[in-house]
Amino acid sequence: MVARVLQPIGRTFLASLEASGRLALFTLQSMLHCVAPPFYPRLIVKQMIEIGFYSLPVIGMTAVFTGMVLVLQTYVAVSRLNAESTIPYVVVISLTRELGPVLAGLMLAGRVGAAMAAEIGTMRVTEQIDALRTLSTNPFKYLIAPRLIAAVLVLPVLVAIADIIGVFGGYLVSVYRLDFSPAIYLKNTVDFVETIDIVSGLVKAAAFGFIVALMGTYSGFQSRGGAQGVGKATTDAVVSASILILAANFIITGLFFTR
Amino acid sequence: MSDLKIKVRGLKKAFGPKQVLNGVDLDVPRGKSLVVIGGSGSGKSVLIKCILGLIEPDAGSIEIDGQEVVGMKAAEREDIMRKFGMLFQGSALFDSLPVWENVAFGLIAGRGMARAAAKEVALRKLAAVGLGPEVGELYPAELSGGMQKRVSLARAIAVEPEIIFFDEPTTGLDPIMAQVINELIVKCVQSLGATALSITHDMHSLRAIADQAAMIYEGRIIWAGDAKTIDHSGNAHVEQFVLGRAEGPIRMPVRPL
Repeated sequence: MVARVLQPIGRTFLASLEASGRLALFTLQSMLHCVAPPFYPRLIVKQMIEIGFYSLPVIGMTAVFTGMVLVLQTYVAVSRLNAESTIPYVVVISLTRELGPVLAGLMLAGRVGAAMAAEIGTMRVTEQIDALRTLSTNPFKYLIAPRLIAAVLVLPVLVAIADIIGVFGGYLVSVYRLDFSPAIYLKNTVDFVETIDIVSGLVKAAAFGFIVALMGTYSGFQSRGGAQGVGKATTDAVVSASILILAANFIITGLFFTR
Repeated sequence: MSDLKIKVRGLKKAFGPKQVLNGVDLDVPRGKSLVVIGGSGSGKSVLIKCILGLIEPDAGSIEIDGQEVVGMKAAEREDIMRKFGMLFQGSALFDSLPVWENVAFGLIAGRGMARAAAKEVALRKLAAVGLGPEVGELYPAELSGGMQKRVSLARAIAVEPEIIFFDEPTTGLDPIMAQVINELIVKCVQSLGATALSITHDMHSLRAIADQAAMIYEGRIIWAGDAKTIDHSGNAHVEQFVLGRAEGPIRMPVRPL
């Protein structure tokens, strides 16, 4: 009776340990292949365009509406305290430190992480990854490293653009709906924001880019068993990357802002 | 130098409780074409993938040109891989690349050849398998199954390998296209002077491309010999397979309806 209860718990525990070990080894191998030649610059550029350029509309729309909503919600709260002048500060701090990188990371997990998992998963189940090996090409160097490098380099750029677009969204609502002075709004934004706010956001963006590409490629690489396996890999990539982004956000925030 | 290009001894591989290879011994002579036959699930694909280094065996030895490759370091393994070409059962063409780049892939990514030079080689190899230069600009999804097999064959021979592996080369093709592929295989292997190891359950294919034959059953090689003698092997399992009889020592676990 006791064994019947304990066995599934033990099996689950061992399976989770095995999965963690597999992911750790995959991460280590991927990172080593990012720094060791041969490199594929053509593929890195291709991935930067795929991840960065084609994500711009999604990230831009997310940022502009987030900036707009942020102003409306903050206005409700601060107007009761007669502290409306703090709105530009709240908007720019929220966007650069938290919402810009986190929302961009989550949108990227949905758009890019899922696509990576589906593409590499399909390559796995149709023996294309085996074919790479037989053509003297290491799949880690050819498939994984370019995606990791591109995502780490591109997401900070996307977040910087998202920050600007988000602040612009806040500006639009503040000036045209809440009758703020355009000059004062912009002056307060520039005066209040500090270098650490922007730097911490960009560091988070690089980390989130790594997470999205890692989980996308890992889930695809591990997929098995045809269309169902590829579907599961896609779901795993998005869910695991999203959770890891939120966890990493907490850790990086702690490192930057806890004294 | 040994006359054997590939020598396999005591090869074992299990997936969970299922013992797929159970002590395979196989010799592939230099410059010969050996075809391994066997039913579905008999371990043919696992055998070829172990030799290619795509699956790590649990036990046993694999020698390529007298060099032990089981347990070899990754960098050394990549050098050995340069001797190989492979035609996959499902062709395994890279669907994000045009046909010419698929054929030239091993030259560009694996050997660092300039793209323009590699494209010239690719178009020559496509011509060798009966495909014109216009096909080179298409994507794999735009090709028929037979054309995909021919592109896959062109990719396998593009790097002029010493050993070419064929995994079910004619599966899923009509009889005419199957014979075209068989003849191309013979022509390509002979022109390269390569050693060939094929796995199939197509007896027509075996008769067309094999110098030597072997049969795998329940994870072991149960018969090996000259391909011409396969009809008089004296082995009940081989005879049943060759004649395609349901009755015999090989039993399918089916229940009455």
